[in-house]
Amino acid sequence: MLFPELEPEPFSADWSVAQVVRHLKELLETDIELQGIRVHGEISGCKTVSSGHCYFTLKDAEAQLSCVFFKWARQRSAAQELRDGMAVAVSGRFSLYERDGKLQLYVDRVEFTGAGELATRFEQLKTRLQAEGLFEAERKRPLPQAPAVIGIVTSLQAAALRDMLRVLRTRYPLAQVVIAPSLVQGSEAPAALATALDLLNEHGEAEVIIVARGGGSIEELWAFNEEVVARAIARSRVPVISGVGHETDFTIADFVADYRASTPTAAATKAVPDIVDLQAATFGYQQELGSLIEDFLLRYRENLERAERQLERESPRSRLERLQQQLDGTIETLQEQMQHWLALQQERLKGVTLSLDALSPERIIERGYSIVRRASDRSIITHVAQVQPGDELAIQVADGQISARATAD
Amino acid sequence: MDAFTTLSYEEAFEKLEQAVTALQDKRLDLDHALKHYEEGMKLAQYCHDLLQKAELRVQQLRITDDGDLESEPLDLA
Repeated sequence: MLFPELEPEPFSADWSVAQVVRHLKELLETDIELQGIRVHGEISGCKTVSSGHCYFTLKDAEAQLSCVFFKWARQRSAAQELRDGMAVAVSGRFSLYERDGKLQLYVDRVEFTGAGELATRFEQLKTRLQAEGLFEAERKRPLPQAPAVIGIVTSLQAAALRDMLRVLRTRYPLAQVVIAPSLVQGSEAPAALATALDLLNEHGEAEVIIVARGGGSIEELWAFNEEVVARAIARSRVPVISGVGHETDFTIADFVADYRASTPTAAATKAVPDIVDLQAATFGYQQELGSLIEDFLLRYRENLERAERQLERESPRSRLERLQQQLDGTIETLQEQMQHWLALQQERLKGVTLSLDALSPERIIERGYSIVRRASDRSIITHVAQVQPGDELAIQVADGQISARATAD
Repeated sequence: MDAFTTLSYEEAFEKLEQAVTALQDKRLDLDHALKHYEEGMKLAQYCHDLLQKAELRVQQLRITDDGDLESEPLDLA
């Protein structure tokens, strides 16, 4: 029998919660050992709040302790920034935080004792896989531009999954998503992640696989630092995108993956094109088709018009018109030349008339010469021998005629 | 002409690209030019329609009792 029935022990007097918590607190605070103690462990879940106080968990392989490092203590000890995974020796005193009934180590000083066990393991595995060439840039495969099927390895419960599906739905709803559910933290997680990756490869439809987990402490993300996961990523037949934790978290899975996204959301974004760009590209082609066919038709129309014009030029009517026009032109030229010739002739005539006039007998007589004629036959006398004494003569001068008779001397 | 309604988006988009390339050939005769143009425009419309109507399908991988691998629709709502 699991719970043998025993006589109930007599309990001490009834306590309120506050009373017992206060009692425990007093026990802790009066224990000399616990009031000035140095504890070795590794820092985890380190969080500095706005007040400047720092909260972290000190842990080793078997147990853990809550620690409070108040602002004033941090300032006094001038400690460097605490980070998860650091191996430290913490000095301080224990007490109980009554409100939460929580046992806490109130830290006075932190000394750094080494890189921490997890960090050491991380570095060792990283060095080994790197030496094997698993992180080589040449191993990185290009991601498909527009994968029809996207594999996702993550927890079905994770907010990260919802975030990723939201991104995929918005950016690229054409895709099909195949999820291989897996644990993403705890001791079972590494094997589960590796199996999920292998299953997606076996299923064979996914063109790209996203391995993702939302943010968490270094321990929560630790599965992604295990060798089995790294190996499963390395042997995947399709490219793997890792999206683990936050921007600042780097895991071994990130180094092996074909593409390291800083978060699950970033991984989903990287995996698919944006539907807006696709629409723009399609629209662009539509425009181009339109302008190409327009150019084409324009070229055809121009050719047609050119042919029409040529035909028009060769038609009988236009030939007739052309001849008519030619004729009109010729006639016009002819008339012009005729006019020109006439004018020229008139000029010449005028010149000749003037010279003629200068030579006329009237002009000569006016200058004082006279013409002598025989009155009987009007013949002009040019020599003395032509005249006998007593001949009647007529002498023509400028303004008339003088009658005269030849004498014998 | 509507033979492409079974095409995937990628296939349709690739054909659209081909139609544009074909139409860039200036030596094409009018008949072929118009054919490429009409087909291209239909493909573009088809691509738009696909994008408009697309809805992300989400499935989950599962191993059956017989040890076979199958995928089934997953509703996370």
